[in-house]
Amino acid sequence: MLLLRRLATALPSIAGVIIVTFLLTRALPGDPAAYFAGPAATTQAIDEIRHQLGLDRSLPVQFLDYLGQLARGDLGTSLSTGQPVLAELLTRLPASAELTLLGLVLSVVIAVPLGIAAAMRPGAPVDHFCRVVTTAGVSLPTFFTGLLLVYVFYYLMGIAPAPLGRLDVFSSAPPHWTGFYLIDSLLARDLPTFGAALAQLVLPAATLAIFSLAPLARITRASMLAALGSEFVRTARASGLSRRRIVYVYAFRNAVLPVITTLGMVFSFLLGANVLVEKVFAWPGVGSYAVEALIASDYAPVQGFVLTMALLYVLLNLGIDLVYGLVDPRVRLEA
Amino acid sequence: MNTLRHARYVLGENPVTALAFAGFFVLVLCAVFGPALAPYDPLASDTAQALTGPSAAHWFGTDQLGRDIFSRIVVAARLDLGIAVFSVALAFGVGALLGLAAGYYGGWIDRVVGRSVDTIMAFPLFVLAMGIVAALGNSVANIVFATAIINLPIYARLARAEANVRRHAGFVEAARLCGNSEARIVLAQLLPNIMPLMMVQVSLTLGYAILNAAGLSFIGLGVRPPTPEWGIMVAEGASFIVSGEWWVAFFPGIVLMAAVFCFNLMGDGLRDMVDPRRRT
Repeated sequence: MLLLRRLATALPSIAGVIIVTFLLTRALPGDPAAYFAGPAATTQAIDEIRHQLGLDRSLPVQFLDYLGQLARGDLGTSLSTGQPVLAELLTRLPASAELTLLGLVLSVVIAVPLGIAAAMRPGAPVDHFCRVVTTAGVSLPTFFTGLLLVYVFYYLMGIAPAPLGRLDVFSSAPPHWTGFYLIDSLLARDLPTFGAALAQLVLPAATLAIFSLAPLARITRASMLAALGSEFVRTARASGLSRRRIVYVYAFRNAVLPVITTLGMVFSFLLGANVLVEKVFAWPGVGSYAVEALIASDYAPVQGFVLTMALLYVLLNLGIDLVYGLVDPRVRLEA
Repeated sequence: MNTLRHARYVLGENPVTALAFAGFFVLVLCAVFGPALAPYDPLASDTAQALTGPSAAHWFGTDQLGRDIFSRIVVAARLDLGIAVFSVALAFGVGALLGLAAGYYGGWIDRVVGRSVDTIMAFPLFVLAMGIVAALGNSVANIVFATAIINLPIYARLARAEANVRRHAGFVEAARLCGNSEARIVLAQLLPNIMPLMMVQVSLTLGYAILNAAGLSFIGLGVRPPTPEWGIMVAEGASFIVSGEWWVAFFPGIVLMAAVFCFNLMGDGLRDMVDPRRRT
């Protein structure tokens, strides 16, 4: 029941996303028919294509057509590869998902303890360190961090593999189960491949983590400070509870709520930064697919990519809402 | 006068903010006098000097065509700052008006503005900017436009919230009793009142706008070579990173980072001036 009600709140966002993507494909300046017909086409040929594409019909009718296509999972065909966009996005999605998730896990694992440590000793070195990290983190252009890491760890120190995709040339892809090389290679008990895939992942995932760490650490510090200064913590302390219990059970459980909310924003950052990181590391994911298509003026993949990312983002936010309800019983009661 | 003294106090108290303002001043100087300050022609190639590291003649080294990287960075400041300033101004103007109208009048305007803003926020913002540039055409003007759209929600939401709190404030009621029109109340009373808060946001989003624009040109949108621009210079230098010519990508990247850092620190400093309670 709760799940259904939450799903219903996501519907307006999904509708908005679909309308905007439709407007981006159809209603804006530039004639898609002339574009698809090619530069040498006659006016008659262009009109014919316009009719084929349904572009001579009214906008509402075109919108219904568009909805029909979406319902059939038809995102159009890429001009440069000749493949259906949806199929290509689906084959490339695991690569992006593996990278983004690892980046997120890495940043949460670093940011949350850092924020807690900073809040417990305000003004101490760890607090200053936390402030430097959060201010520098949001100022770093992701693509630049990535290149710096490549220079230091690949060129200077030689401990990272060349930034050329998911596996080095000596390894072959593990059998396809989940599409996540780390999981697939473990399932196949292929440790060398696991190591190779992990080695390729470390630098791009670290790049994403450095970028997304800042908002998480900042909000963890702020909400931990607020929680530690609250009356229920004072009461808990007066009741003689152990410091450990006060910090991790009483304060942290309350402080974690704003952190979860911030995850939504972090995902927005990550899905965008992913595009840049994939370009730097020649990662064969959806981001580099969209960039290649953009450069070739091949619009169907770009629109498909934007739509997929937006829907994914809405779903992620929905997931965050659900987790929020699990962590905070009050939200469930109010709903 | 009082504000100036307060500003000087805050700057003295927080040297980092003063540093950020100094950095901002240098950036503006480069943006205004860039071509006159640059020691070399940013477009002149000199293949005999291609890919030489930093030296006394070429402070930041030369790129693959022998162009002086320092000159290119200095000249690029105008374009990078220009994109950021124009897009933030656009987002500020439209966002503030929409937000003020939504917060002051409420009703259907509020619902329409709220829903539109929510729809923009439903997209991962950089991805939306990519989509907009792809649809509108690959040009610098459209980069400005896309960056403005993704920054719009911040201003609209802030203006809405602040206008909503103040819609029945004493000074608004007084202005109404004096016979001011509604539009005049919004523009002459409410807008100046929320201006300080909005200016803090301007400084913070300027940094984000520069990052966003540089990211778009890094993936090949908007600015085309040989135009000097920080994002595209990093992109051009990216292929030399693996062969050890670090300076080609490093200097434009570090300047880009420093610019964003300046704007973020300035935003924090401005916030301290505007609202001492929110000091971090």
